[in-house]
Amino acid sequence: MQVISALFLLIGSFLCLSGGIGILRFPDFYTRMHAVGVTDTLATAMILIGLILISSDFLVDVKLVIILLMTLFISPTASHALANAALHNDLAKKDKKSNDEVTSSNS
Amino acid sequence: MLIAATIAILVVMIMATIRAIMGPTVYDRVLAVNMFGTKTVLLISLLGFVMGRPEFLDIAIVYALINFISVIGVLRYSDNFTLKKSEAQKK
Repeated sequence: MQVISALFLLIGSFLCLSGGIGILRFPDFYTRMHAVGVTDTLATAMILIGLILISSDFLVDVKLVIILLMTLFISPTASHALANAALHNDLAKKDKKSNDEVTSSNS
Repeated sequence: MLIAATIAILVVMIMATIRAIMGPTVYDRVLAVNMFGTKTVLLISLLGFVMGRPEFLDIAIVYALINFISVIGVLRYSDNFTLKKSEAQKK
């Protein structure tokens, strides 16, 4: 059980790190949101499943499952609200323009 | 492995803080803060297991709820008139 838990924790840490690198390195807002929104939920689920596997108390298991369910509902909702707000405030146009400037200056 | 995961999450939190400081728009900052909050929930639960005190999970539950409410609140506020106006004045 320890080995399986370590495997889950390792996968979760890798996903966390890739999300962190994504939020630092990607060029514009929507790609950054893609990196974070995709990795956040799965990394949280992996790490919490890894913790459930090594816990011995039933109450601790229940609390971890509550956190897992809450994250599964909350994280996509927050991502959706964020993308919606960014779209409604015309962030797409500005970003597109700056990207065009970047590509034209590169070429 | 618990300690390695804790260190990885700390590194990711530092990355999110850097993006929150230098993010060009408000939404980048909100995104980084949201990610920071999610990673804080994970960090609290991992630290509870590292230190052998799983009562920390209650704090993690409360922190997840506070994080969600704060992100939604800031987004509702950014739909407001004032923030747009201050952004336009900056440019």
